[in-house]
Amino acid sequence: MSRADRIRQLHAAARERILVLDGAWGVMIQGKGLTEADYRGERFAAHNGQMKGNNDILCLTRPDIVAELHDAYFAAGADISETNTFSATTIAQEDYGLDAQAVRDINLEGARLARAAADRWTEKEPHKPRFAAGSIGPLNKMLSMSSDVNDPGARLVTFDQVYEAYRQQVRALHEGRVHLFLIETITDTLNCKAAIKAIKDLEDEGYEPLPIWISGTITDRSGRTLSGQTAEAFWNSVRHAKPFAVGFNCALGADLMRPFIAELSRVADTLVAAYPNAGLPNAMGQYDEQPHETAHFLEEWARSGLVNIVGGCCGTTPDHIRHVAEEVAGVQPRQIPERPVAMRLSGLEPFELVA
Amino acid sequence: MRPTFINVGERTNVTGSARFRKLIVEGDYPAALSVARQQVEAGAAIIDINMDEGLLDGPKAMTTFLNLMAAEPDIARVPVMIDSSKWEVIEAGLKCVQGKPIVNSISLKAGEAEFREQAVKCLRYGAAVVVMAFDEQGQADTAARKIEICTRAYRLLVDEIGFPPEDIIFDPNIFAVATGIEEHDNYAVDFIEATRVIKQTLPYARVSGGVSNVSFSFRGNEPVRRAIHSVFLYHAIQAGMDMGIVNAGDLPIYDDLDPELREAVEDVILNRPQRTNVSNTERLVDMAPRYKGEKGQAQVVDLKWRDAPVGKRIEHALVHGITDWIEQDTEEARLQAERPLHVIEGALMDGMNVVGDLFGAGKMFLPQVVKSARVMKQAVAWLEPYMEAEKAGQEAKGGPREQAGRILMATVKGDVHDIGKNIVGVVLQCNNYEVIDLGVMVPADRILDAAIEHKVDIVGLSGLITPSLDEMVFVASEMERRGFDIPLLIGGATTSRTHTAVKIEPAYRRGSTTYVIDASRAVGVVAGLLSPADRASNEAATREEYARIREQYARGQEVKARFSLDRARANRFRPSNNALPPRPSFLGVKAFDAWDLGDLADHIDWTPFFASWELIGRYPLILEDEVVGQAARDLFKDAQAMLKRIIDERWFTARGVAGFWPANARGDDVVVWADETRTSELARFHGLRQQIAKSNGKPNLCLSDFVAEDGEDWLGAFAVTAGHGELEKAAEFRAKGDDYSAILATALADRLAEAFAERLHKEVRTQLWGHAPDEAATIEELIAETYEGIRPAPGYPAQPDHTEKATLFRLLDAGRNAGMALTESFAMTPPASVSGLYFAHPESHYFGVGKIDRDQVEDYARRKGWDLATAERWLSPILNYPRA
Repeated sequence: MSRADRIRQLHAAARERILVLDGAWGVMIQGKGLTEADYRGERFAAHNGQMKGNNDILCLTRPDIVAELHDAYFAAGADISETNTFSATTIAQEDYGLDAQAVRDINLEGARLARAAADRWTEKEPHKPRFAAGSIGPLNKMLSMSSDVNDPGARLVTFDQVYEAYRQQVRALHEGRVHLFLIETITDTLNCKAAIKAIKDLEDEGYEPLPIWISGTITDRSGRTLSGQTAEAFWNSVRHAKPFAVGFNCALGADLMRPFIAELSRVADTLVAAYPNAGLPNAMGQYDEQPHETAHFLEEWARSGLVNIVGGCCGTTPDHIRHVAEEVAGVQPRQIPERPVAMRLSGLEPFELVA
Repeated sequence: MRPTFINVGERTNVTGSARFRKLIVEGDYPAALSVARQQVEAGAAIIDINMDEGLLDGPKAMTTFLNLMAAEPDIARVPVMIDSSKWEVIEAGLKCVQGKPIVNSISLKAGEAEFREQAVKCLRYGAAVVVMAFDEQGQADTAARKIEICTRAYRLLVDEIGFPPEDIIFDPNIFAVATGIEEHDNYAVDFIEATRVIKQTLPYARVSGGVSNVSFSFRGNEPVRRAIHSVFLYHAIQAGMDMGIVNAGDLPIYDDLDPELREAVEDVILNRPQRTNVSNTERLVDMAPRYKGEKGQAQVVDLKWRDAPVGKRIEHALVHGITDWIEQDTEEARLQAERPLHVIEGALMDGMNVVGDLFGAGKMFLPQVVKSARVMKQAVAWLEPYMEAEKAGQEAKGGPREQAGRILMATVKGDVHDIGKNIVGVVLQCNNYEVIDLGVMVPADRILDAAIEHKVDIVGLSGLITPSLDEMVFVASEMERRGFDIPLLIGGATTSRTHTAVKIEPAYRRGSTTYVIDASRAVGVVAGLLSPADRASNEAATREEYARIREQYARGQEVKARFSLDRARANRFRPSNNALPPRPSFLGVKAFDAWDLGDLADHIDWTPFFASWELIGRYPLILEDEVVGQAARDLFKDAQAMLKRIIDERWFTARGVAGFWPANARGDDVVVWADETRTSELARFHGLRQQIAKSNGKPNLCLSDFVAEDGEDWLGAFAVTAGHGELEKAAEFRAKGDDYSAILATALADRLAEAFAERLHKEVRTQLWGHAPDEAATIEELIAETYEGIRPAPGYPAQPDHTEKATLFRLLDAGRNAGMALTESFAMTPPASVSGLYFAHPESHYFGVGKIDRDQVEDYARRKGWDLATAERWLSPILNYPRA
C-alpha cells in the first residue's frame, strides 16, 4: 500500500473514531538503565563529551530499544506512534556536538524504525492501520523571546537559522517515509511558523504533501503559551498550515488542560488532539497519576465532544495508553465545527473581523 | 446598524509620524515603543508599522522594533500590520511575529510573477495581505480601473494560489479631492463605487484605505479635514469599507456636523452637480476658513494701531515688519528721549524682545523675523546721524552701546552658500548680538585671525556641500592647536548632530562644539553659551549628549551587508530595452546667453524656496497651512513682487551651456569620444557602484549602466547659472540695511537656476537631443520628475564625488561659455548654479550609491589616478569603513 493510500486511511479513521497516540518515551528509556556506552554505540565511541541523555541518538545506536517501544505502544492500542526524533535538529543537537550528517541520520533511521513498526502492526491487524508521525520538537532557542534579560531585543538565532534546521529535519523524516508530521510541545509560535514554512516549501521541491499536526504547549493556568499567546491566538497563527490536527500537549495534566482544549475545540475547524502529562510531577519529579485516572479524564473529554485524538505525554506509559484506548473506544469523535468565514488575525490575543 | 469599521493605528509609521520617525532614526526604541503602547491603549485594534525612511536600514529597523515589541505584552497583544513599499522589509517583519499579521502591501505593479511569488510567501508565513489597486500600467484612479485590477488580483490569489479570500484586503487608492483639478473631482466617488462593487462581487474580501489622503488639499484646516473624513467614511463604510488607517478618535460624528458644511463637503465627496454659480470645490474652499477658527478670518487692513502711543507703534511695526512709518515714529521717539541711544535701548529693543518672545514661542516665523530686523535697521539708520553728532559734541559720554555678545560667522573654505548663515546672522542681530560676518569661502586661518582680532565670544561655521564637513573638522583642529577655548557652532545643510558629535567635537577639546539645527535655535544656543551662570552646565550637557551619540553611532556601525565590487558589477543593471537613443541634434557644446527669465520663472519649484526660510510644507498647500500659512503667504507675495522686478529690470543674467558627445560605457566609467569614429578618448566620467547587498533581482546600479558598451550611444552634459548679478544685488540691499531683500534675492536666484536646469532639460529631451520628442509634461510633472531621462550632478547621491565636476566643466568650457567656475572644494560660482550629466535611456533613474567598501575605493583611486588617501578624503561621506 502506498503512503498516499495510508494517509487516506488516516483521514478515514479519524472520521470514524477517536484516534490514540502513544505515550512518553523518556520515562520508558530511563527504565532501560542504559549506559554511556549504549548511547555512543560504535559510531560515536570516540565522540567528545557526554552522550547519555541524548535519547534521539538511540535511533542510530540502539535501534532495538526504539523498535521495542514502538511495538509496546502499538500493542497497547495506539494508532499513531511518534518517531524518536524530538530533538533531532542541528540546533538542538549542538549541545551534543553532533554534525548535520548525524542529525540527518537520526531522522532517517527514526522514521524508518517507526514506519517498520507501524507497517508490521498494520499487516497483523489490517482493520486497524497504524501510523508513524515524525516528531518535530521545539528548540532550546526561541525567536519571540529574549535570550538576555538586559536586552529584550536579543535573540540567539534568526528565523532563517531555525527554518534551515527544521528544513533539514523534515526533509529527512519525509525521506524516511513517515506518514505525517507532528510539530509538538510548541513553546514559541514563531519557531513553529518556521517549521510550517519549511514543510510547505518542501512541497515546492516535489515532495508529496503530508498531513501536519500542530501541538502547542500551554505552560500554566494563565492559559498562555510560553511566548504569551492564548489558545485562540495560537490557532489563528498556525491555521495557514491547514493542519490535519491541532492541539496541546505537555506541561499540564488533563485536569488543568481541559479549559484550553475546550477553547481550542470551539475555534479550530480541524481535528483537535490532546496528550497531557500524567498529572503534575511530584516533589521527586515523578508522575503519580495512574493509568485509569488519565483514561478517566480523557474519556470525559471524548464524550463531551472536545477531541478527535488523545494520547499521553510526560509520565505516561504503555499501560496508560492501554487504558485510554479502551475508554475512548466506541465514543463518537468530535464533529469539526463549521465556523463563519472571517479574517482572523492575532497578536498575543486573537482578532476577528466577521463578515 | 453601522457596520463594523476597524481602525488601524498609524502613529508607528515613520512616513506618517514625524515624532516616530525621529525616535527611530535616533535609535530611541524605548520611546518608540511607548508610541506603540499609547496607540494600543487608545484602542487601536491593529497597529501599522512602517520603517520606510531613506536614512534607515529598513529590514534592520523593522526587525529591531518587532523583536523589542515582542517583549511588551501590552503592545504585542494586538496584530501588526507590516507596512512597507519594499518586500525585503516586509519579509524581515514576517520573520519576527508569532501572531498572524497583515502585510501592507503587495500589488501587480511589477507584474504577475512577482505578485504571485510574494502572495505565496505571505501564505507560507501566515499573513493576511493588503493588495493595492496598482498594476503594470500604474495606480488605478477610476472606479473601473480599481475594480478591474482588484478583480484580477482576487482571481489570481483565490483561484490560482489558493489564498483564503477572507484574508485579502483591497486598498483601491484614496486620492485627494477638491484640488482644483477637474479630473480629481470624482476620486472619492470612484473609491466608494469601487468599494461597493468589490464587496459585492469578490466574496469575503475586505476594503481598506488611507483616509487622510482624501482631504489633502485642506491641509492646515483640521476642522474641515475632519469633517471631510467623517463624511467620506460615512459613505465609504455604507458601501462596505471595512478598515482604514485613520485617527478615528478624532472624527466628529456625521450627524453632529454643521449642516451647511456637511452639505458642501458631501457635494464635493459625492461630486454632485454644483448648486450655485461656483464649483463645489470653490464653494467648500470659500466656506472652509469660517470653520477653521479665528486664524482663518479674512484680514482687513486695520490702521487702529496708528492711534497708539509711539512705543506701541514701534513695537507693532517691528512685530509686523512694517517700514512705512518707522522713520517718522523713530523721530517722534527721539524727540521725546533724552538721547538718541535711549530710543534703541528703549522702544526698539522692547519691540525686538517681543519679536524674540513670539519667535521663541513658535508664533512668528523666520521671514517675519527677518522683516522685523529690516524695520530695526531702518530705525537705527535714522538715529545714527544724531548719535554721531552727539558723539562729536560730547566725546565719549556714555560709551558705546552694550552688546549681548560678539559672534563671528563664516562659510568655510571652498563653499559659497550663505542663505542660512545670513538668516542666522540677522536673527542674532535682532537679539542684540554683534555679528561679524566674514562671508563665504573663508580659510581657517582667516577665521581664527579675525576671531582674535575682534575678541569674539563665539565662532560659527556654515557649509552646504559635503567637502565642507572635512573643512569644518580642520577649522576645529586648528582652534585646538592655536589654543582657542571659545564655543564653536556648526550649521548648514550637510551638517548634522551626528557628524558634529562624531567628527568635529573630538577635534576641539579645549572649547565646546554645538550643532545648531536651524536659525530658530541659534539665539537659544548662543544665549546658553554666553550666560555666565549656565554656560558650564550647557556645555557639559552637550558634551554628554555627543558622547552618547558617538556611542550610538559606533553601535550603528556594524557593517551592513555589502557585495564585493566584483559581485556588485556582476549584478549590474541590465536594461530590458537595448534600443539606443537618437543622435543628438548637434555634437559638441552650445552656449545659451541670457535665457528669458520670465520663462524660467514659470518653471520654479516653490517648495524648496519655502524650506530655505524654514517654512516646511508643499507648495501650494503651504499657503493654506494653519500654522505657517500667513507667514508663507506674505513671503510668497514679497517673492512674486521681487521676481517681477528681477525679470523686468534684468537684475540677473541666466547663462548656460549644454553639450553632447558620442559615448560608451567602459566598466563603471563612461568614455566620451572625441568624434564619431569612437577611437579617441576625449574625457572619462568615473562612476561609483552601489555595493549594498541586494535581493529579489534588484541590480547594483552605477550611472554607466545607463550607457551602452557598444553601438552609437551618447552622453550629454550641462551647466547653468542664474547667478550673474546675484551677489551685487544682495550686497546692494545689505548696504541699505535690508537683509530681508538680500536673502530673498539670493533665494530667488537659486530657484531660477534650478528652474533653468529643469527648463533646459526639457529642451534637451524634446529638441536638442530629442530622445523624447513627444513628451508633453506639465510643470507639476517636471517638478515631480516623471519624464524620461535623468540629469544627475556630481556630488549628489548617484555620483557623490564632487571632483567629477572638473571634467564636466572642462568638457563644457563652462568658464567661457557660461561664466562659471569651481572652488577648490568644487562648489560652483556664482552660487546659484546647477550642473550635471544627461542620460537618455528610458529606464535611467535616480538612485543613491550608498556606502561603498574599500575594494571599490581602491579601484576608484586607480581609475582616477589618486592615491588611496586622496580617494578616501573625497569619498569620506560614503565610506563603509572607518577612514585610516
